[in-house]
Amino acid sequence: MADMEVKGGKGSPRVDLTPMVDLGFLLITFFMFTTTMSKPKTMEIQMPFKDDLMKDTDKSKVKESTAMTILLSKDHRIYYYYGIGSDPTKPPELKVTGFKDLDGIRDAIIAKKKEVQGLISGGQLEADDKLTIMVKPAENSTTDDLINVLDEMTINAVPIYAVVDITPVDLEFIAATEKANGIQ
Amino acid sequence: MPKVKLPRKGSHVDMTAMCDVAFLLLTFFMLATKFKPQEPVVIRTPASTSTMPIPNDYILLSLSKDGKVFFSIDNLNVREELITEISTAKGLNLNAQQIKAFKEGGSIGVPFNKLPSYLSLTPAQRNEYDKTAPGIPTDTTDSYDTNELAYWIKTARYANAKLRIAIKADGDAKYPEIQKVIATLGHQKVFRFNFITDGKGVPPGSALAQELATPKAK
Repeated sequence: MADMEVKGGKGSPRVDLTPMVDLGFLLITFFMFTTTMSKPKTMEIQMPFKDDLMKDTDKSKVKESTAMTILLSKDHRIYYYYGIGSDPTKPPELKVTGFKDLDGIRDAIIAKKKEVQGLISGGQLEADDKLTIMVKPAENSTTDDLINVLDEMTINAVPIYAVVDITPVDLEFIAATEKANGIQ
Repeated sequence: MPKVKLPRKGSHVDMTAMCDVAFLLLTFFMLATKFKPQEPVVIRTPASTSTMPIPNDYILLSLSKDGKVFFSIDNLNVREELITEISTAKGLNLNAQQIKAFKEGGSIGVPFNKLPSYLSLTPAQRNEYDKTAPGIPTDTTDSYDTNELAYWIKTARYANAKLRIAIKADGDAKYPEIQKVIATLGHQKVFRFNFITDGKGVPPGSALAQELATPKAK
């Protein structure tokens, strides 16, 4: 400091540019961060390939024991059952849940995943069989539900999942369960 | 070790050069920063744990809460090619000024028959109009007459086949609305697309958290 005062006393025109450089670099850092951060994040989804000319034999078959069906309904409610529910003589047992941390859809997916792994190690399923989840959104579900449930697939590393159209049978399942539980 | 006595330099470094560099970089970043484009309607995107950045060249399909669809492309060259093609194919007879308005404008949310009058508005009037815009007519069929969104996508992808599709959908939009967009894409043989989402923390203890924690094997 004393050094500077002596210089200043001599009437040197030199200005200390350090604060200005500091400010300059601060702003650079700010702009650098804002440029990279402004790129939005996305979630990539792959819909099942659909072609009207596709033959039934080309369609992939899902084994009943590896499958899980998730039905999205109104008020962010989720109905799910294990299996594909194609057997009309044995209607599946629907369970109701939601997007919550405890006993939510995540725990149901993890439970099914463990069951499939158990069946593979027990020899009932072949080693290349994988858990397959079908997501069927009903008309009164929202985009939030769809994105959240697809996100659960990523969170729980579900090997195969697909968004498919809801069937009238599934809607009947929902209606029957709602009636049984007295939900309007 | 023989002592080499260096001549003592002043403790003051000339900051002018550093200052120059700093402000040069600052100018560069200020100009290179791309500000958010004007959005026609407010869209609250759902949250997901995905951190994938948006693809470089993309068609942005915005879906508002009440199911209105807006169409937008970043690339100015594609925009020009697209509007010229649409103008001739749909017999809109847009003049040079209207084409320029489309090229420099943002999202489009009007049917083809209203496009000429929409493009004749000033940018401020267009922003005002967008709040009550009817959206691009969309349904689940593959007919280009009723499903105008399908025509927009087809023409844009004809101009640039590498365009990816990004959907910015409002979380409160009902599933049939988003289903219309997905079905339209399906008819165009687009089965892989991106949803724009907000960030969300990965739940601890989940399979994804474990996968992120383990270093990737080369």
